[in-house]
Amino acid sequence: MADEIRIAIAVDPDMVKARAEGRALAARLGFSRTDATLVATAISEIARNMVVHADGGEIVMTPVYDDTRYGLVVVARDSGPGIRDIPAAMQDGYGSSSGLGLGLPGARRLMDEFRIESECGKGTTVTMKKWRVRDELERLREQRSGRG
Amino acid sequence: MAVPILKQGDYLIASIQAALTDSEVLGLRDDLADQVGKFRSRGIVIDVTALDVIDSFVARSLRTIALTARLRGAETVIVGIQPDVAVAMVQFELNLEPLQTALDLEEGITVLQGATRGVDEDGR
Repeated sequence: MADEIRIAIAVDPDMVKARAEGRALAARLGFSRTDATLVATAISEIARNMVVHADGGEIVMTPVYDDTRYGLVVVARDSGPGIRDIPAAMQDGYGSSSGLGLGLPGARRLMDEFRIESECGKGTTVTMKKWRVRDELERLREQRSGRG
Repeated sequence: MAVPILKQGDYLIASIQAALTDSEVLGLRDDLADQVGKFRSRGIVIDVTALDVIDSFVARSLRTIALTARLRGAETVIVGIQPDVAVAMVQFELNLEPLQTALDLEEGITVLQGATRGVDEDGR
């Protein structure tokens, strides 16, 4: 899909840009305003993690489709020091520079799917998805236009 | 861009105009702590209507502003949290305690007047 968006994350203002782009993509895909805000907030958290802990990285946002639903996937990749203890990092209250220690677990609560992979000394990749369920009418319309 | 802070009587009104970077949020925190002393303000209203995202950093910073201002003798009220932002904050499980909130600027001023009235009657 040509609608892929890549944003380099290095400094503060890049976070503002990343959440604006995430919101815009969610809106183009037909997400409600509230769901677009959930996505933008989750992006803000993982972007800050990259700036604070990993000297930046890259965020890639792409639309995803399957039979009954569509949505967007956000992949945030950095080559920072990595996270030693992922289960601990996913607990509320871990870390101090990332807000109330809620950054990653909060982002997970905002999205439908959340996966984090990390290797010490190599970096961290966070992959998160938000789905939008298509209703019957939309599906019929797509079938008729040959896309379903 | 720094957030403009208006002095209105005993109160300071910080009206956020657009999305803020983290350093701009910290700038607002420091400016407010300064000006509470400079103007001997009794209350602060922070209007966040223009914020389309309130994440953990912004939430923590707003709490810090309120707690700092309280140590300097002023109460803080946050106004204008958008409905979708409110939903996101709840789902995120962001805890804003002990932040006071109100729907809009007018309500915020009313809350402050209620909070500072007792002090006035005691003659200070």
